[in-house]
Amino acid sequence: MATFRIKRYNPEKQPEAYYEDFDLDIPSGATLLDCINLIKWTKDGSLSYRMSCRSAICGSCGMKANGHALLACQRQASSLLDKDGTVTIEPLGNMKPIKDLVVDFKPFWEKIDRIKPYLQPGEEPPPEKERTQSPEQFRLIDDTSTCIMCGNCYSDCNTLEVDGNFLGPAALAKAQRFVSDSRDQNTHERVRELSKPGGIWDCTHCAECVERCPKPARPFYRIKEIMTVALEEGVHNNNGARHALSFTRSVKASGRLNENQLPVESMGYFNIKGLLELVPVGLRMLLKGKIPPIIHKSIDDVKDVKRIFKDLKQ
Amino acid sequence: MKFALFTGCVAHGATRELMVSTKLAAETLGIDFVEMKSAACCGAGVVSEKSPLLADALNARTIALAEAQGLDLVTICSTCQGQLKKTECHINGDEEYKKKINHLLSDGGHQYDGHKSRIKHFSNILASPEGMQLLKEKVTRPLKGLKCAAFYGCYVLRPSELSEFDDPDNPTALEDIFTALGATPVYYPSRTKCCGFPIVMMNKKASLEMAGNALLDAVESGADCVVTGCPLCHLNLDSYQPEIDKLLKKKYAIPVLHLPQLVALALGHTPKELEMDKHIVSTAKVNHILASQ
Repeated sequence: MATFRIKRYNPEKQPEAYYEDFDLDIPSGATLLDCINLIKWTKDGSLSYRMSCRSAICGSCGMKANGHALLACQRQASSLLDKDGTVTIEPLGNMKPIKDLVVDFKPFWEKIDRIKPYLQPGEEPPPEKERTQSPEQFRLIDDTSTCIMCGNCYSDCNTLEVDGNFLGPAALAKAQRFVSDSRDQNTHERVRELSKPGGIWDCTHCAECVERCPKPARPFYRIKEIMTVALEEGVHNNNGARHALSFTRSVKASGRLNENQLPVESMGYFNIKGLLELVPVGLRMLLKGKIPPIIHKSIDDVKDVKRIFKDLKQ
Repeated sequence: MKFALFTGCVAHGATRELMVSTKLAAETLGIDFVEMKSAACCGAGVVSEKSPLLADALNARTIALAEAQGLDLVTICSTCQGQLKKTECHINGDEEYKKKINHLLSDGGHQYDGHKSRIKHFSNILASPEGMQLLKEKVTRPLKGLKCAAFYGCYVLRPSELSEFDDPDNPTALEDIFTALGATPVYYPSRTKCCGFPIVMMNKKASLEMAGNALLDAVESGADCVVTGCPLCHLNLDSYQPEIDKLLKKKYAIPVLHLPQLVALALGHTPKELEMDKHIVSTAKVNHILASQ
């Protein structure tokens, strides 16, 4: 007998959410969704959740099991039990619960809209037939095309937990779908928009989105791809781009990171407000003797590192 | 045991106490760490933003250096560990890419094989059966009564398809080490979260809130200190803690130790030797608990 500890919420009856335990014999090979269906059909018909295809295609049944987002139809229930035979089921995170396991996807869809999720082929008249791509060109957007908009990445994104302004992994992965599309003619404007606060440079590299993505879309990798395009396109007037460029210059010069130079160059030499923000932590570290050595030493054989940079025209 | 030590940049910069404590812990355990003085920065996932190929070439060069020494490579930073493993994964799964990388390295006299040196975080070594046995033999001052909250650092855990560190959602390596040192592990939900350091220059408020929420979680779970295997996490959790306190107004201060410091304490070294006095947040609470044993 397994216990399904489900977070219940019905604001029409009581304002606070609570947990309710349902005991169930897990049928052999049953998915988490199969079990939740059984609970609804045989124990409590008022349990609310989204579902449809039962085949990890529609992306409806996203929820949290033991604190992490997944598709309920994609995991065997027995694999989720803890040592006491319990699995805790909660609604997806970073979105407002509506009832039980149903959350409000409105901000999720608004952010997808914000990245202009449609082809912008430019002013040229359309070709007689379709706009074709070579297999190599398609490969650049193949992975992100598999996104099923389940919201699992959005749910577990560490930046979104503290900053609702962040576009989030799903919208940014969708953005890469168009940034890297050979048929789209608006790349520069797209990466300029995506480099603003709330965009690519606010991704904290936690890679939770890769872990939770049920498809090859893996948003973190897509975000990194947009960053590379943004730097190639010369969209450098922001802390994220300056940080990447300063970091790389530092490794090129000495083989290692210059920790004294990086914060200043990331902020920008004329960004007085940003530079002042560095003062408190700088002073604290100075007083404790934690400031990195003022004379920045290179690694041994830095010549070879410089050669690699040169060979790659970096 | 002998390893090629990839120190990373921060252990020679803003967290020099990490380098000091790593050397002391390794020496006392009888583990031979040979510092890789010509290895370049791992790129911290930032150089790859400029050029993924460049980042992989630099890291492949580092791995090739360890291979030439005939040693497994050890890291003392979750970020370095994650980046080196990522490069290994990129190259080992693609023969054409491997050729391209080796073509780049060959002019410097390096050759990347990909199967000769294993890449391990120091905690991997300590949490192995051999490491646990070594700790059992060498611990002279069990850290009785010290409640430690592990903070793993994202890159060793995720993406798990690139890392063989531990279970990404329920890792136990650090807690196993704490137990072997005689300390009491504290399990809390934020132990696998991000510290926010990668965006401290881009979105400071979000970054500090991330760090602050994790620290608060550790405090509310009853921890005396947070222990991390990542110096970048240490920077955000320790150096920025006074600013976090101003932002969140929760009025707590919790010491943050580097894993090698905790290990070396149990091996009999003093907080002074381990330069714990260099931390921004006072480690007096830890010293007091140890002194009262």
